[in-house]
Amino acid sequence: MAQVTTAERKSIFSLFNLIALIVLGVGVYITYLRFTGGLAAVTNLSDYNPWGIWISFDLLCGVALAAGGYVTSSAVYLFGMKKYHSAVRPAILTGFLGYALVVLALQYDVGRPWRLPYPLFVQQGTTSVLFEVGLCVATYLTVLFVEFSPAAMEWLGLKRARNLVVKLTILLTIFGVVLSTMHQSSLGALFLIVPSKLHPLWYSSYIPIYFFVTSIIAGLSMVIFESTLSHRFFAFKMDETHLKEANGVTLGFGKAASYVLAGYFAIKVLGISSGNQWHYLKTGYGTWYLVELLGFVALPSLLYAIGVRVKSPTLIKWTSVLAVMGVILNRFNVCLIAFNWQLPASERYFPHWMEIGISVFIVMIGLVLYRFIVTRMPILYEHPDYKDAH
Amino acid sequence: MDPIFYTLQDFMTHTESVTYLLVIATLIGMTLFWWFLTGKDED
Repeated sequence: MAQVTTAERKSIFSLFNLIALIVLGVGVYITYLRFTGGLAAVTNLSDYNPWGIWISFDLLCGVALAAGGYVTSSAVYLFGMKKYHSAVRPAILTGFLGYALVVLALQYDVGRPWRLPYPLFVQQGTTSVLFEVGLCVATYLTVLFVEFSPAAMEWLGLKRARNLVVKLTILLTIFGVVLSTMHQSSLGALFLIVPSKLHPLWYSSYIPIYFFVTSIIAGLSMVIFESTLSHRFFAFKMDETHLKEANGVTLGFGKAASYVLAGYFAIKVLGISSGNQWHYLKTGYGTWYLVELLGFVALPSLLYAIGVRVKSPTLIKWTSVLAVMGVILNRFNVCLIAFNWQLPASERYFPHWMEIGISVFIVMIGLVLYRFIVTRMPILYEHPDYKDAH
Repeated sequence: MDPIFYTLQDFMTHTESVTYLLVIATLIGMTLFWWFLTGKDED
């Protein structure tokens, strides 16, 4: 008994828990400052730079990186790729937490959280792209919650409710794909209104398509990346099926990501060509654009392909980190670095440390919730009462 | 040296021509890349 107590005490005072406690404590303090002192108290935002990393990272990257849910569930339930079934629940959970945290992060940027339902129920801006994004994100978050709920119901022993929700799987997956297609591309469409502010290499009338295609890349790569981390830290929770299918998921998703990346590379080049923007490639911004396009699109595509050909899950797993970084870099470029590119350096935005603090705080909330859920609910294994019930 | 365009017609003819050639190259390239990607698949 004493040994158990010592083990429990060890797990409570682990390094992760200590770091989480510090980050959450600092985050709560900055939250207090934000909602009592306003944006000026904790951010470097200004009239020239009305949005910063809370939009570029927490929102744009958050939505893109949470795309694994719809990508995986459509592969399994709509395209019948049952061999990837073990990846569905972790991907849905990541998607659900990702979207929930996007909504949370938005409260910091927009303020007055009690007004969150206003755009939907009080004053609809039906001509705004942002209205469509808001509507889709709210609906899709609900869909993800329902898609995730069977795992929670199995954990709570709610058999009848669980069986009812499982019958809706195909319908929910179709909803997920439709809603994701709409809002992932609409997040790109938001930038159609700023042709004079966004650098011509990143601005394109095809930007909604770019955003949608990169969300597929982010979704596929995040499933591989998240699976790698789960195997590292939660292998003890995985059942035989999950462990057996892991390499197949990595190779299959790596192959898909490689081909989508190659397609994305092609449409980006076609975008430059159709706008005849070649001359910008010779400038400083052009060099930075080539770093993004060659280093974070072409290179991961090639590395994924080599990994698939030589059947190296390790290479694919490392490449997924590069691809995820590429999507993050793209969102930062569109939203911050190549945005307001004509402003003098003195007027350019750099985030306040407290803005970064809130972003880290929100990521940490996601990690803590993910750990809480996967160590309790049947996410990485099948519940014994529902074996082969899919 | 970048070409100089005097009319919109010139600009469209040039950019569309280059883009159409790139589209053909993309279609061929994507097919070859698919073969490369799936070349070692079993069965």
